[in-house]
Amino acid sequence: MRLLTHNMLSSNVKGVVNGFPLRLEASTWVEKEVDFNADFLRSMFSKIDWPALFGAAQTVGYVALPESADASMLESEDFLKKFHHALLEIHVEEGALVCPETGRRFPINKGIPNMLLNEDEV
Amino acid sequence: MKLKQLEGLLGNLDQFSDPKVELEQYPTGPHIASRLLYMAESMFGDVSGKVVADFGCGCGTLGIASSLLGAEHVIGFDIDSHSLEIASINAAELELDIDLILCDIKSLGLKGKFADTVVMNPPFGTRRKGVDMEFLSVALKVASRAVYSLHKTTTREHVRRAALRDYNAKSAEVLCELRFDVPQLYKFHKKKEVDIAVDLWRFVP
Repeated sequence: MRLLTHNMLSSNVKGVVNGFPLRLEASTWVEKEVDFNADFLRSMFSKIDWPALFGAAQTVGYVALPESADASMLESEDFLKKFHHALLEIHVEEGALVCPETGRRFPINKGIPNMLLNEDEV
Repeated sequence: MKLKQLEGLLGNLDQFSDPKVELEQYPTGPHIASRLLYMAESMFGDVSGKVVADFGCGCGTLGIASSLLGAEHVIGFDIDSHSLEIASINAAELELDIDLILCDIKSLGLKGKFADTVVMNPPFGTRRKGVDMEFLSVALKVASRAVYSLHKTTTREHVRRAALRDYNAKSAEVLCELRFDVPQLYKFHKKKEVDIAVDLWRFVP
């Protein structure tokens, strides 16, 4: 699971009002190079919740992102490279996503988060 | 990539080894899958450089096809962990990186319109009525550009009405009618192979 996917998921456990962002726990992750596409990054920026991306990147030891970001930074090649790396090149293999309200853990095994709910959670 | 080349690559993917009838697991054949994605890309530019979600991805055929046609980020969603393992192997064999999520589409927690395009071959709802419409409803909530989906031709008017009236689609268009060949996968199938007429739809959310 890439951090871009983490940025899109929220907890849907019954009764939860704001299930975003899921807190990321990661025990193993890998990095894989992806072709750099500046247009894609510029178009994605407005959809990304920056604090969630920043927090997730910190969790996997990537500390090069600024704590806050605005659209003017998209002019900077250096910023785009870091954004690209955090968003697309880090894959969490083992860990969990944790609901911010209930603490319910959704395990990640072999890169696949298990977001299935039990019957009493739907 | 040419259509024939795409169809050829998809024809090599592993499919369900032990399909589950309650989930209506029928593989999306390479013929249909390649045409769906090829039209989405060549006619509408909905794939290359985009975020594409594959709902009920099974062994990953549509998601992998999206990735082969240049989608920037592909996420496959399925309720069956065994299918996702196959999807993961299929993607790895073609050296593609697609994200996979184990979940139930109808209770999936997603943040707004995260995807540009949703592609899906939903369960047709022959085992559990209405499941195809549940998929469509969620797809139209998360896609910002387009939803491509396959539905039985016999349900055409129902699908159109539901999409436009109940799920607020801006448009609902049948791009073409295809034959979905259902091989004899399950014991209750009496004939060796059956053709079902299906519509390839493009919805604009």
